[in-house]
Amino acid sequence: MDIRVDTVRKEFSHYPALNDVSLEVKSSELIALLGPSGSGKTTLLRLIAGLEMPTAGRIFFGDEDASSKTVQERNVGFVFQAYALFRNMTVLDNISFGLKVRPRATRPPKAEIRRRAMELLELVQLGGLEKRFPQQLSGGQRQRVALARALAIEPRVLLLDEPFGALDAQVRKELRKWLREIHDRTGHTTVFVTHDQEEALELADRLVVMSQGKIEQVGTPDDVYDRPNSPFVFSFIGESSSIPVSVENHELWVGGRAIGLPAPNDAAGAAKLFFRPHDVELVDDGAALAGVVVASRRVGGTRRVELEIGGLPERVEIDLPFDHPAGEKSRIAFRPKRWRVFPQG
Amino acid sequence: MFEPEVVYDSRRVILPTDHTRPTTERVWVRRLLIGIAVAFMAFVLVLPLVLVFTEAFRKGADTYFAAFADRQSQQAIILTLLVAVIAVPLNLVFGVAAAWCVAKYEFWGKSFLTTLIDLPFSVSPVVSGMVYVLLFGAQSMLHPLLKAYNIEIIFAVPGIVLATVFVTFPFIARELIPLMQDQGNTDEEAALSLGATGWQTFTRVTLPNIKWGLLYGVLLCNARAMGEFGAVSVVSGHIRGKTTTMPLDIEILYNEYNFTAAFAIASLLAMLALVTLVFKTILEYRFGDELAGTRRH
Repeated sequence: MDIRVDTVRKEFSHYPALNDVSLEVKSSELIALLGPSGSGKTTLLRLIAGLEMPTAGRIFFGDEDASSKTVQERNVGFVFQAYALFRNMTVLDNISFGLKVRPRATRPPKAEIRRRAMELLELVQLGGLEKRFPQQLSGGQRQRVALARALAIEPRVLLLDEPFGALDAQVRKELRKWLREIHDRTGHTTVFVTHDQEEALELADRLVVMSQGKIEQVGTPDDVYDRPNSPFVFSFIGESSSIPVSVENHELWVGGRAIGLPAPNDAAGAAKLFFRPHDVELVDDGAALAGVVVASRRVGGTRRVELEIGGLPERVEIDLPFDHPAGEKSRIAFRPKRWRVFPQG
Repeated sequence: MFEPEVVYDSRRVILPTDHTRPTTERVWVRRLLIGIAVAFMAFVLVLPLVLVFTEAFRKGADTYFAAFADRQSQQAIILTLLVAVIAVPLNLVFGVAAAWCVAKYEFWGKSFLTTLIDLPFSVSPVVSGMVYVLLFGAQSMLHPLLKAYNIEIIFAVPGIVLATVFVTFPFIARELIPLMQDQGNTDEEAALSLGATGWQTFTRVTLPNIKWGLLYGVLLCNARAMGEFGAVSVVSGHIRGKTTTMPLDIEILYNEYNFTAAFAIASLLAMLALVTLVFKTILEYRFGDELAGTRRH
């Protein structure tokens, strides 16, 4: 089931949480909504689910206009950050809830409900725990039950709101891999919200990067990481350094000196240069950026140094081989290998 | 904060002597404070309770039970039960509805509604009774209409029920609001997203989540409904055998110098209070984390 969000706007007491957002999710796709808190990602997810109604705009499930349908009619599987398991019910009752509340005409017989719930319990690798109550499970187990419960109603789309947000790092990583497996096996169109870029990059087919109620960029993890289309995306995804530059004669200049980076397509004037700390090369001669080391620390197999570039208030970070002899106050000249220039203003 | 400076020296281990922790008082201060509290409670709470029972049994068990054989007293007991049976379920419905509104929705005037729920707590019960007399009594604008349809409210059972409902309204709502606010909406949202109707969500998810808090509120509400004096006294008219509840009956018996009978009926009310307390304690002990207001009552 593909989802189409068409210029949707959502206001909470006149404060716009979403500003004319459009998005298409293809069938069987695993999509991440990624953004800082307050970016509107959870609001967008809840609008798709029908837990919120849009102020303007429409939402389609396939060809069907779902905008005015209630959450019950939309038949979505929703997984909450805090699990929202029913504490008065066993694991099995939780999973079969969605089938048990169906009107008699469409409700499967009791034995069938039980069989399907047990099957899902196996799918989420919790076989044998059907008689437990939610309080008797660990966080990771609870979230698996929540997922099984959402899958039980055979939803048209699966929506997850920060599904791993309340779990510790180790469990998070495991569940991430496991969610990918389940998705590949069941083939549900899945949208999940996260503020963890690592999670989004690793798990999703495509990322939707959001900021301040707008979509900044939609693309594959490679697109978004390698070709960020705005200063926000560049600094939000992955590590980055930026310094103010000026574009003159189709070249980049810092402090009155050309730094050896061509800018054939950028308009002349003030701009901002973005690059990633690991995407730089050290140079001995020629035009380059030069800075003085003010701090350095070991990060895994490399050395991350902080440089002060001639008179600029901003400091930049670059990675050096861990055995590089540069110490405090050393002067280092480098050029970004890959970079983006965004006009200032 | 000025904390006493403690120097930890490996050669000189400081052993806790008089007080174990810096925040704890000295032993004699503690004992004195506890002693004062216990003495005060014994004088103000336990002594009167004991007196109720000793007075009731002063002339022997026969006289005690004879008090309950009196027809008018029996009717007072029946009326009290009747009022509670009507008022408590009504407030159960009103209380859950009000708590639901306040806890789960944002709307204009919400804080005003919350204040309004507390009104019966802050206003004198006599005043609440007076309001109903003004509203439905012989001088009110509604009186001709009520008379035309032969409806009696003041100096009759409906008035007593109304006054009781008013006075006991906050107990259930007040207990549920913080509990429901604390639990939030996500369980309900989960149920709805799984296809449950509003009613299914309420009965299968919301109600089980609040059941102990609700029972707790019902207990307190019931105790107050049976024991209410002020508001009921104003609207009742004190017609013995017809519009007197147990508290009113006790007052009448007492004023007629029928002390043994008065205290016998009073002992029944006191027993109700004790039973309520026992239930309340069991609930708090067993389901303390599912009750919101354990610290308030």
